[in-house]
Amino acid sequence: MRQFQSSRRSFLALAAVTPFAVMATSACGTSGPGSAGGGGASMWFLSGEPNQTTIQKAVDAFGSSNPDNKIAVTYFQNDAFKTKIKTAIGAGQAPTIVYGWGGGTLKTYAEAKQVEDLTTWFDANPDLKNKFFPASFGAATVNGKIYALPNQYVAPIVLFYNKEVFAKAGAQPPKTWDDVMSLVKTFNDMGVAPFSLGGQSRWTSMMWLEYLLDRIGGAEVFNAIFAGKPNAWMDPAVIETGTKIQELVSAGGFIKGFSSITADSKADQALLFTGKAAMMLQGSWTYGAMKKDGQNFVQDGKLGFATFPTIPGGKGDPKNGVGNPAQYMSISAKASDSEKETAKKFFKDGIMTDTVIDAYINSGSVPIVNGIEDKLSTSPDKDFLNFVYDLAKNAPNFQQSWDQALSPTAAEALLNNIDQLFLKSITPQQFAENMNATLGK
Amino acid sequence: MSSSTTHRAANVSRSSERRPAQKSALPWLTLPALFFFLVFAVVPLVGVLVLSFADWDGIGAIGAAGMENWASVLTDPGLYNALGLTFMIMIVSWLVQTPISLLLGVFTAGSQRYRAALAVLYFLPLLLSSAAVAIAYKALLDPNFGLAMGLGLPFLAQDWLGVPQLALGLVIFVIAWQFVPFHTLIYQGGVRQIPKSLYEAAQIDGAGTIKQFFHITLPQLKYTIITSSTLMVVGSLTYFDLIFVLTGGGPGNSTRILALDMYLRGFRANLMGPASVIAVILVVIGLALALFLQRLGGKDKQGSQLEGL
Repeated sequence: MRQFQSSRRSFLALAAVTPFAVMATSACGTSGPGSAGGGGASMWFLSGEPNQTTIQKAVDAFGSSNPDNKIAVTYFQNDAFKTKIKTAIGAGQAPTIVYGWGGGTLKTYAEAKQVEDLTTWFDANPDLKNKFFPASFGAATVNGKIYALPNQYVAPIVLFYNKEVFAKAGAQPPKTWDDVMSLVKTFNDMGVAPFSLGGQSRWTSMMWLEYLLDRIGGAEVFNAIFAGKPNAWMDPAVIETGTKIQELVSAGGFIKGFSSITADSKADQALLFTGKAAMMLQGSWTYGAMKKDGQNFVQDGKLGFATFPTIPGGKGDPKNGVGNPAQYMSISAKASDSEKETAKKFFKDGIMTDTVIDAYINSGSVPIVNGIEDKLSTSPDKDFLNFVYDLAKNAPNFQQSWDQALSPTAAEALLNNIDQLFLKSITPQQFAENMNATLGK
Repeated sequence: MSSSTTHRAANVSRSSERRPAQKSALPWLTLPALFFFLVFAVVPLVGVLVLSFADWDGIGAIGAAGMENWASVLTDPGLYNALGLTFMIMIVSWLVQTPISLLLGVFTAGSQRYRAALAVLYFLPLLLSSAAVAIAYKALLDPNFGLAMGLGLPFLAQDWLGVPQLALGLVIFVIAWQFVPFHTLIYQGGVRQIPKSLYEAAQIDGAGTIKQFFHITLPQLKYTIITSSTLMVVGSLTYFDLIFVLTGGGPGNSTRILALDMYLRGFRANLMGPASVIAVILVVIGLALALFLQRLGGKDKQGSQLEGL
């Protein structure tokens, strides 16, 4: 009996304490994950080298010169991060510094008043504003107000190729779509996959559509879609884009198993530098990763790069580019005043310092700061850096990645439909119709 | 045993005469459980029901949507694709897992020493988390860098996760690989509960191993089968992590089961309302299936299996 009583007492005690325990844990939660406490701020960033080291060094340097305003960083994988940050913001648990790609996602944050309006702050700091490429502010602006600090580097989508494999085939990089189709045959006959693709990530496949639509229909087609004009997706250029993609898939243009390869694991890059695939359409950011992981593939000059081929009869300017004009950092509206101050200080003094700019250049990226031409030209990677710089600077239209430009709802529908288009489980016509139904969502 | 514990044990057995007093104290014991059930089960359940009639993108303000979410989800072919896949995986998983785990359970319930060693092997997958299992399989099955190429067996280098039919089959296989050990454990426990006297009597009557299996083991395992099947069937509604990591619902929508569909709608497409509709549908299906299987067990299920011997 005594035993029973004691256990009953502990049960009751537990029952009495539990609500407080729950309250205590939830109270911890509201202060935000990764909260640094004191005068610090929290930030979530993408894992993966070389950028993870660069940003960690920047944060450490900022922390040692501002011991009271340390930044606590947590790293996440790209695709996991995109979901997690949205959920965290919806739950009021966002980190102080909200990393992203601007565009449609930033617009939903801004319209829900989840991120700070930085317009007046930028006006008060003209030096900072003038430091960056003017074009990089486009995707940071919602309804005429700036909600994010552009940073890091400009990242156009580039056609990479393996020079060794091309030499073996005695081939030249494709200039037109006909070249592409004949190269597909050449490489398939050699037993090498023509194009590497991490199709399970889906935004990788999307990059093909971005360039094709731009080359076929010109910048106006996507601009109409972006503006939500009626039947914008039903443009004949969209259907021709889908048709071209399915022709390429049918011809065996992509590596076997492309729809089960993810880009997060960098398997698509590995296929290129191991010579299992001849070409890869990917972001310029993969240059740094391949330089790091590909043994001496990049250093030995075996990596080639070119602009996207032209389409016969296409309306688009062949100089047009697509990709990410920059990366962006916003400040959570839910953060405390001291956290916001720390974040602004970090934006001003910590994030794009000369050390960081040099680190980006050394890793093969073009930082979005003005007046870096000399630095680019003296870099061992000058060929690639100048190529990217010229592409970004001379492009009559630099289209932001669709999945970032569109609203999250439309973007998810787009990625899902692209996946099915590549699998040929829907026709180009169905693709256009399915996407047309998402206009205005 | 010390004298004080003997004393305490005597106290406890004596106190059993005052059962009514103890019984009246028992409802208090359920309070913590009831509290957790309310906070973590009932409140979210009601919340989801409310959200299924709301217009919410997960970030901004919540507005009323009336029947809009329900209408849009119920007319969406994606729902029926997800429902079909969910039931397909449920049924095929049951058909694959039940015989294997039943036989393994009967086998490992034996007492020879080598069986214990084998049983450890069988139970190994049980120790791994779904995410780890999925990542490992993904790496092994990679058509370019996977196990098949490593072993020099190119015929095994299929595009396992990239072809819709193969991917679905593979998902079912990996699920079975992961969950068979758990159900084997349940069956092992069930078999060990069967009184030895039954087998002794059968042996005297001249029944062989196979006859013993079909006339004693299987009927005696009736409730174990129902328990295991309930867990399997209702559990299959919540398969998520493994498929999410393995295929992400793809290729296309070929492995986008209901639970995954709910997640992708809610957290990827910012459509919390339609995602809540799917959640409600999942709850209803789960309850219906659990009740159905309970029925199958008959009314005497709660009684001891040893009664009437």
